[in-house]
Amino acid sequence: MIVASNLSKRYPGGYEAVKDVGFAIEAGQMVFITGHSGAGKTTLVKLIASLERPTSGSLVVNGQNLAALRRSAIPYLRRNLGLVFQDQRLLFDRSVLDNVLLPLQIVGLPRRETVRRAQAALDKVGLLAREKARPIALSGGEQQRLAIARAVVNRPTVLLADEPTGNLDAESATEILEIFADFHRVGVTVVVATHDQNWIERYHPNVLRLDHGRLV
Amino acid sequence: MNAWFSHHRAAVGSALRRLWSTPLNTLLSLLVIGIALTLPGFGYVMLDNLRDIGRNASGVQQISLFMNLDAGKKDVGEIEGRLRAAATGKWRFVPKEEALKRMQKSEGMAEIVASLPRNPLPDAFIVEPSNTDPEALEILRKEIAGWPKVAHVQLDSAWVKRFDAFLKLGKLALSMLAGLFAAGLVAVTFNTIRLQVMAQTAEIEVARMIGATDTFIRRPFYYFGALQGGLGGLLAAALVLGGLRLLGSPVGDLATLYGASFALHTPGVAEVAALVGCGALLGWLGAQLSVSLSLRKFD
Repeated sequence: MIVASNLSKRYPGGYEAVKDVGFAIEAGQMVFITGHSGAGKTTLVKLIASLERPTSGSLVVNGQNLAALRRSAIPYLRRNLGLVFQDQRLLFDRSVLDNVLLPLQIVGLPRRETVRRAQAALDKVGLLAREKARPIALSGGEQQRLAIARAVVNRPTVLLADEPTGNLDAESATEILEIFADFHRVGVTVVVATHDQNWIERYHPNVLRLDHGRLV
Repeated sequence: MNAWFSHHRAAVGSALRRLWSTPLNTLLSLLVIGIALTLPGFGYVMLDNLRDIGRNASGVQQISLFMNLDAGKKDVGEIEGRLRAAATGKWRFVPKEEALKRMQKSEGMAEIVASLPRNPLPDAFIVEPSNTDPEALEILRKEIAGWPKVAHVQLDSAWVKRFDAFLKLGKLALSMLAGLFAAGLVAVTFNTIRLQVMAQTAEIEVARMIGATDTFIRRPFYYFGALQGGLGGLLAAALVLGGLRLLGSPVGDLATLYGASFALHTPGVAEVAALVGCGALLGWLGAQLSVSLSLRKFD
């Protein structure tokens, strides 16, 4: 599903965020990427989402080698990935429902179906009652749940999250984590970058531990 | 097909919402585009009307054919036959006696004519060719000049030629003006779209993150440019029609003073559509240039 070998990422200026990393994530696994801050977790997530290009090595996601992927093929790869970031990157000029509709509009589904599916996704994260609200009116935990609804509305095979609970209190963080666990239970591959050790004790996921860009 | 349709419908909807959400900006842009299109549009209509005046002005495109003084009835018949065969349009024979009578009627000429020992005027034909093209007139004049017993052929084409040259110059000036304003329109759209891309940075970034293609991101901007340009064209058409309506009555009065009847020809559906189409095309072009440049920073 996601296979990396000798994967490195060097940023302009010479800083090497990921060094010679190799791993394989099977379909349906739940994997946590952990490590101190600056260890390269975010870079690894960005590489998998092809928001960054590898400097060397290979990274195969859903059968496609990202190092050799044409620029025009990237959007279609991302449609199979659900992305959740610490800053939720919501659009504050439109309603909760419209935020979730966006991925479906990008795919070009007919309007009736998009609304039905977006509402189902909102229901799954417990936000259906707030569909007409603006994201600014939501709490931090609710905003993160909205970001998850947007990430999963396209029914991606991989759910990829970078510090999704970084800004949340313990209770909201647990809610978010439970949602990820639910998706894992129904067969979605879940990859979460986090420095939160409590999670690992609780869910016993596979762990990729990074230290200064290297896998340990 | 369904996806294609819903993509385009969404893009048009989004473009309309953007136009509607900033009414003042939209109004100002439309005014700029409308006025920029009005000037060449109005110029075109005026030139069109001038060309009509040139075509309709009677007495302008006539060829006068003067016979030799010694030409007899037989020679006149020969020329009549040739004119008939050439089927050049309308023509009229003016015998020398009639020409003299007319001259006598002119003020102050009666005495002079009476004092003449004999009629100095020749027989003449006035030809009104059906083809009034300046080149065609010149060819006809040369042909007639070669006929027997023809002393002189006078083509009143100097005026026609001058008028034609004037129209050509007007057309050229108008083309240059239209080119300038077209560039202005592209620039206005370019700037509007650039500001929009800046204002929608968050949306563009999110859309890219969740799998939007470049085409998906660009499409609403293209529609925006084309819609804004097209609406500007519509405004220009309204301004031109309004201007012509205001001018219509004074022009009619002026024509009456010259003993003519003349009504300004107003642009029809095809011309309005052309103006709207031009606006839309230029708006689309401006959007295309702007989006291509502005979206580079997202790569």
